[in-house]
Amino acid sequence: MKQFAYVRPATVTEAVAAAAQPGAVYLAAGTNLLDLMKGNISRPDRLVDVTHLDGLDRIERLADGSLRVGALVSNADLAYDAEFAKAYPAVAEALLSGASAQLRNAATVGGNLLQRTRCAYFYDTASRCNKRESGSGCDARDGENRTHAVLGWSDRCIATHPSDFCVPLVALDAIVEIEGKNGRREIALDELHRLPGNAPERESALEPGDLIVAVRLPPAARGFAAHARYLKVRERTSYAFAIVSAAAALRIENGKIADARLALGGVAAKPWRARAAEDVLKGVAPTADAFQEAAWRALTDAKPSGDNAYKIELARRIVMRALTLAAAGTPARIPALPASPFASTSGAIHA
Amino acid sequence: MPELNLTSAPAHLRHGSSIGQPLTRRDGVLKVKGEATYAADNHPPGMLFAVIAVASIAHGRVTSLDVAAAKRHPGVVDVMTPDHKPQLAIDPEIKTNPFVFRMEVLQGNEVRYANQPIAVVIAETLEAATEGAVLLAPRYETLPALVGLDAGKSYVPPVVGVGNPSENHHGDVAAGLASADKQIDATYETPAQYHNAMEPHAIVAHWNDDHLQIDMPTQGLMLSLARVAELFGIAHDKIHIRSPFLGGGFGSKGLMAGPPVLGIMAAKLVGRPVKLVLRREQMYGPVGHRAPTRQRLRIGADAEGRLTALDHHARTVSSTFDDFYEPAADASHTLYAAPAIRTSHDAVRVNTGTPLFMRAPGEATGSIALESAIDEMAWACGMDPLAFRLKNYAEVEPITGKPFSSKALRACYDQGAARFGWAKRSLRPRQMRDDAGLLVGWGMGTATFPALMFQAEARAAIRRDGTGAMEIGAHDMGQGAWTALAQIAADAVGLDIDSVNFKAGTSDLPDAGIAGGSAHTATAGAAIHSAGAAVIAKLADLATNDERSPLFGAGNTGVIARDGRLIRRDDDSRSESYSEILARAGVAEVEARGTGAPNPAAMEEYAMHAHGAVFAEVKVDPELGQIRVTRMVGAFAAGRIVNPHLVKSQLFGGMIWGMSFALHEEAITDRRSGRIMNANLGEYHIPVNADVPPLDVITVEEHDPHVNALGIKGVGEIGITGSAGAVANAVWHATGVRVRRFPIRIEELLTQR
Ligand SMILES: Cc1cc2nc3c(=O)[nH]c(=O)nc-3n(C[C@H](O)[C@H](O)[C@H](O)COP(=O)(O)OP(=O)(O)OC[C@H]3O[C@@H](n4cnc5c(N)ncnc54)[C@H](O)[C@@H]3O)c2cc1C
Ligand code: SF4
Repeated sequence: MKQFAYVRPATVTEAVAAAAQPGAVYLAAGTNLLDLMKGNISRPDRLVDVTHLDGLDRIERLADGSLRVGALVSNADLAYDAEFAKAYPAVAEALLSGASAQLRNAATVGGNLLQRTRCAYFYDTASRCNKRESGSGCDARDGENRTHAVLGWSDRCIATHPSDFCVPLVALDAIVEIEGKNGRREIALDELHRLPGNAPERESALEPGDLIVAVRLPPAARGFAAHARYLKVRERTSYAFAIVSAAAALRIENGKIADARLALGGVAAKPWRARAAEDVLKGVAPTADAFQEAAWRALTDAKPSGDNAYKIELARRIVMRALTLAAAGTPARIPALPASPFASTSGAIHA
Repeated sequence: MPELNLTSAPAHLRHGSSIGQPLTRRDGVLKVKGEATYAADNHPPGMLFAVIAVASIAHGRVTSLDVAAAKRHPGVVDVMTPDHKPQLAIDPEIKTNPFVFRMEVLQGNEVRYANQPIAVVIAETLEAATEGAVLLAPRYETLPALVGLDAGKSYVPPVVGVGNPSENHHGDVAAGLASADKQIDATYETPAQYHNAMEPHAIVAHWNDDHLQIDMPTQGLMLSLARVAELFGIAHDKIHIRSPFLGGGFGSKGLMAGPPVLGIMAAKLVGRPVKLVLRREQMYGPVGHRAPTRQRLRIGADAEGRLTALDHHARTVSSTFDDFYEPAADASHTLYAAPAIRTSHDAVRVNTGTPLFMRAPGEATGSIALESAIDEMAWACGMDPLAFRLKNYAEVEPITGKPFSSKALRACYDQGAARFGWAKRSLRPRQMRDDAGLLVGWGMGTATFPALMFQAEARAAIRRDGTGAMEIGAHDMGQGAWTALAQIAADAVGLDIDSVNFKAGTSDLPDAGIAGGSAHTATAGAAIHSAGAAVIAKLADLATNDERSPLFGAGNTGVIARDGRLIRRDDDSRSESYSEILARAGVAEVEARGTGAPNPAAMEEYAMHAHGAVFAEVKVDPELGQIRVTRMVGAFAAGRIVNPHLVKSQLFGGMIWGMSFALHEEAITDRRSGRIMNANLGEYHIPVNADVPPLDVITVEEHDPHVNALGIKGVGEIGITGSAGAVANAVWHATGVRVRRFPIRIEELLTQR
């Protein structure tokens, strides 16, 4: 492996200073970063290990009813926090549908948000990839691309963001708290990931040295607990990335949808909030027709980027199903096969 | 490697013989405690690490390597390239026998496939060697890559598999098809697949003057040894290979491949022991794989559903520089009683590492196509798939007309169907749903695999302390040879398993033949059995010729060996213990050798195959197309079952592999570059635990007096056959959509709601 410096800052301020230098990257659990380093996709000069920073591993309920999750909380600890799972069931379900138990035990909240795409050409250093090497071209465009983006892509990059966790988070208006060279700021999660446009190498709104310290769910996010689901179609029952996924959350009052949230995963370079679809649901009864209309609205702008036209139809069907499941009510317990179309079948003992 | 401490713990029940007992693996405790030494666990003093640099192009030439940059990296000791390497004694391109395949050992700058080794960096640490390989920054002259089943002009290979004719026929296929009431003509595609054993290919090579010590997982100790001897020009007795455990092989560790040879060369170059372990992605090239196929099946049946003709053609690929042809169409030779059968193959050359044997080579690929086509034919005839198969049950081997040495397939169908509840199946597809509204489908497939025998030798001894020894260079790939063969050994010398010192897994022991073709237990077992009989005969001579022995004069009636005693066959009150016999004769031990080999006369007379029937249930989401197997029952007849516990594991593994074939496994090759885009276990999907349903295996009793002395047929590969087709057929039955390209993908099921 390439030689690199390893630093373990004692404070957030030191971390930011260390990571602001060229060639430095943050190391959380490393489940993505170390793979990238072993494959020579990332060749950092300096790793800034943040896993020993104090105070970033807490789940706190704030006075205004929001919830603040530290960037170092593990995916598993968050999903298994009973109060969290009760208040934000779709988020817990999404977390548990991701990766494997071993990976979830290690992976952090911050790392999950900033995990890189799984585009095979991005991982293959012999291929041209604008994201890996700006301006080199995109071998996925005419290559093996049946799992690539159908929304928000550009000719320069058709990759998707693979996170499950981010999908319900973006639906629930999650906010990202960032510590940077100029102090603390916060942005909506919806603004964290960038669409590729002409610069696919710029994946997020973060500046050098910016450290995600927490993710916050605003007070309104709790209002959907009774009707929230995450649904993920994948090529094996567990331990596979989404072909397409959807988070659906409804607030139903007197038989009408008072508020609706909908986001899609596996379709774009960011978790895809479908606001137009939400709009058609507000104020109507939760009927199949309404969901069908929402499904169409959610994919109006979709277009295939390769051999993946089926993903558009699949996405519509997933939206339809996720909304139907959400309307039926959040199950008392997270299913044994979280987010799976087989969640309701018996015989599953684990995922 | 210290003496292995094998145990048969936890204590097992024994009633009489060891064969047939469900012993747990005797190496299980070692493995659970991490004490089983795999090749890469060896660290001789002074050992260096070698890392292979591989080509990122599939066709062309290496024009430069920055050796200086690699050598400058701290810790790098040397860089082996075509210009700087020890000379081999023979040209590695020369095929000295049919089991020699061409390998890339830096004989030139030419690149014939992606991931071909092009240099080896040797360093003090793995990290330094790894970075050195990156710093080589190879440059290439790239030529267009040949990719896919239509890459070029096709040709008919002279032979397929191991020496099978590439075309075969019996009866008049054209007439059979012309006279048929119902016909199908369907084309199926199967992808390239890679063995992906958990343990990567690894070698620790250590030269001591002219003696070579090798730690390396191998399924063929003697073939490997012979190949190393000829490549390095050294005598057989100067080489010692240890391979006590393999973390899976599946055919990819059967024959000597390039990377371990590079490890031996590297050790020679630097004059120190060297360890070379392949990275996962480097296993997608130089160590073999299952070739892709496109198979066309044309089948005819009469008005009663009797087959009139079966025509099976398979297109496959080989590399641009060597020949191995997946004998997929041969799967149609044995199962269904068509009066006319034709099987044929053609191939194109592509830029790939040479395809090779992968668990059930030909049988697996052919089986999923044949079983799908038989299912399609049954539906075309309006018949239940089991009834259709029974109607066309082969009483003699269809392609040769030979009787079977034994064939309990009918019992497999009966018992499997009963356990599964097949009778309740709806004839039409897309009729069954579960409570949650998921589509439910039931499918079946027939399993078959030839009962093969190779050559083996074993050495048996009985010692004055009453214990026995059995030595054979057999291979445990995880299938349980340490246990099953020791059970056979115990019976062969008439002792309890714990009183027999069973040795295997090194090249100084008698040749056990290759662990492949599902023939290892049968072949090595036969050698052990005959060595045991021979040593007992020697012991019996000592006793029956000695008038002081209670067995004196029993030479004509004979004695039997049981529990460490020889007992007069006609009078079991007259017996003597092994120790008494040897003590009185004043010898420390008696020793004898025995062999196992195919019986040409029996093979001439009989068709020899194991059989089975697999039934699968799948559920499919009607809108989303995601598939899940929910139940599988397999009933197999494979002759004598040496250890029911291990046999079940083999059959479970095979059935899971079959399901993987139908639903998951596929190497995705970039059609332009010829590079494999999912060369890792994250993206090359195999089933995970959550995909594996409750599996039910029935072993149907079968007594076969012809296959070998022990009546063993082998169970290593048959589980895949039948299972893959059963799952595919269940998907059709669930959805009404017939997918003919494997693995079945979600998008193919979205076409219909
Ligand atoms: C085989 C496999 C299967 C997987 N399957 C799934 C799946 O199905 N669904 C899914 O959602 N995910 C899946 N994952 C991805 C997994 O969720 C991520 O690898 C994990 O969440 C990353 O977290 P980490 O703490 O290990 O991050 P790291 O690998 O340490 O870091 C990832 C990136 O984030 C940056 N980073 C980390 N923390 C911070 C911070 N606080 N501030 C700023 N930057 C930071 C790092 O610099 C790095 O660039 C899979 C991963 C693997 C290896
Ligand atoms: S799709 Fe994006 S990530 Fe993939 S190769 Fe193209 S530019 Fe790179």
